[in-house]
Amino acid sequence: MWARAVRLRAAARGRRGFTSKADSQGSGRVTGELIQHLERLSLVDFGSQEAVARLEKAIAFADRLRAVNTDGVEPMESVLEDRCLYLRSDNVVEGSCAEELLQNSHRVVEEYFVAPPGNISWSKLDEKQPFSHH
Amino acid sequence: MLGRTLREVSAALKQGQVTPTELCQRCLSLIRKTKFLNAYITVSEEVALKQAEESEKRYKKGHSLGDLDGIPVAVKDNFSTSGIETTCASNMLKGYVPPYNATVVQKLLDQGALLMGKTNLDEFAMGSGSTDGIFGPVKNPWSYSKQYREKRKQNSHSENEDSNWLITGGSSGGSAAAVSAFTCFAALGSDTGGSTRNPAAHCGVVGLKPSYGLVSRHGLIPLVNSMDVPGILTRCVDDAATVLGILAGHDPKDSTTIQDPVKPFTLPSLTDVSKLCIGIPKEYLTPELSSEVQSLWSKAANLFESEGAKVIEVSLPHTSYSIVCYHVLCTSEVASNMARFDGLEYGHRCDNDVSTEAMYAVTRREGFNDVVRGRILSGNFFLLRENYENYFVKAQKVRRLIANDFVNVFNSGVDVLLTPTTLSEAVPYTEFIKEDNRTRSAQDDIFTQAVNMAGLPAVSVPMALSSQGLPIGLQFIGRAFCDQQLLRVAKWFEKQVQFPVIQLQELMDDCSSVFENEKLASVSLK
Repeated sequence: MWARAVRLRAAARGRRGFTSKADSQGSGRVTGELIQHLERLSLVDFGSQEAVARLEKAIAFADRLRAVNTDGVEPMESVLEDRCLYLRSDNVVEGSCAEELLQNSHRVVEEYFVAPPGNISWSKLDEKQPFSHH
Repeated sequence: MLGRTLREVSAALKQGQVTPTELCQRCLSLIRKTKFLNAYITVSEEVALKQAEESEKRYKKGHSLGDLDGIPVAVKDNFSTSGIETTCASNMLKGYVPPYNATVVQKLLDQGALLMGKTNLDEFAMGSGSTDGIFGPVKNPWSYSKQYREKRKQNSHSENEDSNWLITGGSSGGSAAAVSAFTCFAALGSDTGGSTRNPAAHCGVVGLKPSYGLVSRHGLIPLVNSMDVPGILTRCVDDAATVLGILAGHDPKDSTTIQDPVKPFTLPSLTDVSKLCIGIPKEYLTPELSSEVQSLWSKAANLFESEGAKVIEVSLPHTSYSIVCYHVLCTSEVASNMARFDGLEYGHRCDNDVSTEAMYAVTRREGFNDVVRGRILSGNFFLLRENYENYFVKAQKVRRLIANDFVNVFNSGVDVLLTPTTLSEAVPYTEFIKEDNRTRSAQDDIFTQAVNMAGLPAVSVPMALSSQGLPIGLQFIGRAFCDQQLLRVAKWFEKQVQFPVIQLQELMDDCSSVFENEKLASVSLK
C-alpha cells in the first residue's frame, strides 16, 4: 500500500525510514491501518513519525469538543444561512479561453490535459522499479 | 510623502505636488532598501511603472479615477493576479501565473492603484507567523526601529544586531510589513482565523477584517470557504475605510457576497461616544495574556468610559471551545480545498507518470510543506465516516453556539466589543519556532478566530508601544454588516491614542527627502 511504498522510497533515498505499523506508542487512535487509510484518501503522506504524533495531538485537541452540550443545536454551515444564495441567470458571458487555461498545465496534448493511467492500484507498484522518467 | 495618509497623497497627486511616477519610484526604491525584510515575493516593477504612467496621464487631464488613482498598493500572494506569478508561498504553485485577476485586485486596478507586488505569507496562509513559506520568513520592520533598538541597548548584552529579529505575525505578514515599512499605502491580506489582524497588531498597522459576505472572495485561493475574507491593511483607519468602500459589494462571481447595495463612504467623525456601549468579554481575560496587553486593554476601556461611553462586561460563554471548533472546521475545509491540487491542470507536477494516484500523491508530497499536509490529514480524519458526526458536525453545532453568543451580546445593546488582538507583542523568530505551527496557531489565534466563525467585522488598531518599544494593538468587533460603525469607533480610538510613527531612520538615510514632508506646502483636503 501507499505507506509501504513510502518506506521503500525513503529507504532508497537514504532518508530515515518511516514505518507504517503501529509499533509506536501513541494514543492508539492512530493505528497503522488508519495511517494507510488517511494517506490513501488524502493522497498525501505523513512522511515521518512526528507527523503521526501531530495528528494524535490534533485529535486529542479536537476531543475537547465533547464537553460541549449541543443537544437540539443545528449544525451551522454558513453565517449567511438566513439569506438566499445568489444565482445568476444561466447565460454565457465569458469563456472560450481554452488556450490560456491549457498553458498552465505541464502536460497537454492538443486540448487535452494528459493524465497517467487511472486503473493501476497503488499496491501493485511495490514490486516495480522506482518510477521511470519520461 | 510616503508617511502621509492615502487621502492626503491623493490630494497631493491631484494638486500636482507629486506625480504617480515619482511616488512609484520612491516606493520601489524603498522596497529595494527593505529587501531584507522579505516582505515581497514578487515585485512587479514594470507593471507598476506602466500603471503610474497611465495614472499620470489621467491626472494631467484632470480625470483621476478616484482616491486610489496612482496609489501604490501590495497584494498578498494568495490572490490571483493576471500575468503575475501567484505562489501562495508554496512549491505547489511556484511558477503558476493566473490568467485572471481576483475581483478585489481588479477593483483596485480599476481605480488606478499601482500594484507594487505580491507579498509573502505562510504557505497557503496556514500559520500565525509568516515563517512557513518557501520563500522564507518575513521580518518585522519594528526589529529595526529606533524605538526597539534603543530599548534593547538599554537592556542588554551585546548581541549580533540582526540575529534576534522579530516575526511579523501571520499569515499576512508580508502585507503588514510592506505597509509598516512605507513601501505601499495599503495592502490586501486574507483573514480566516485572524491572519490580517494578527500581523497588523505586531507591525503597528490597522488590520481590517470585513463582514463575511461583504467583499468578494473570487480569486482568493481558498482555505476555508465559510470563513475566508479578504483583509485590508493600512496605516490609519480612514485609509482602511477608503479601501473597503472600493472593495465591498456584490460580485456575481462570488455567490456568497450579499446583494445589498454598498456605496463607498467617508467616515464621519465620531465626536460623542456617550451613546456608545462597549462590551468587554470576560472570557478573553486568559492567563496567557501578557500583563502589558492586559493593562493596555484596561486603559482603553477606561478611556471610553471616561469619555462618557457605557462600558460593560459581557460574556461569550463558549469562548474556550472556540479555538477547538475552529481547528476542526478549518482542517476539514482545508482538506477539501487542497484536493484540487493534483498537478493536472495547473501548479506543480512530479515526474512520475505511472498512475494517476502515484502522480497525485508524489506531486502533493513535493508541493506541500508539513503544515499543509498535516492539516489535510487531520481534516480527512475528522471527515471519515466514523468521525463525521462526532467531530465535523459537532464542530458545526458548536459554531452555531459561538455565533449565537455574539448575537446575544449584540442584542443586549452592545455596539462594539473591545478585546486584545494578540497575547503579547511580537516575539523573536528564534523564540517563535520553538513550538510547531499547529500549536502556535492555536495559541495566537485565540482572540481572533471566533470572529471568523461568526462572520463578524473586526479591526485591529495599534494602541501603544510595549516596554520593549514594540507595537500592541487592540481589536474592535462589530455587528454583522455594520463595518462603517465599527470603523467610526476605531477611528475615534485611533485619534485618542496617537500611536507613534515607526522610526526607521537608518533605512531612510538615502531617502531623507521622502520624510521632509514638513517642508512641503500644506495640502488642502477637499
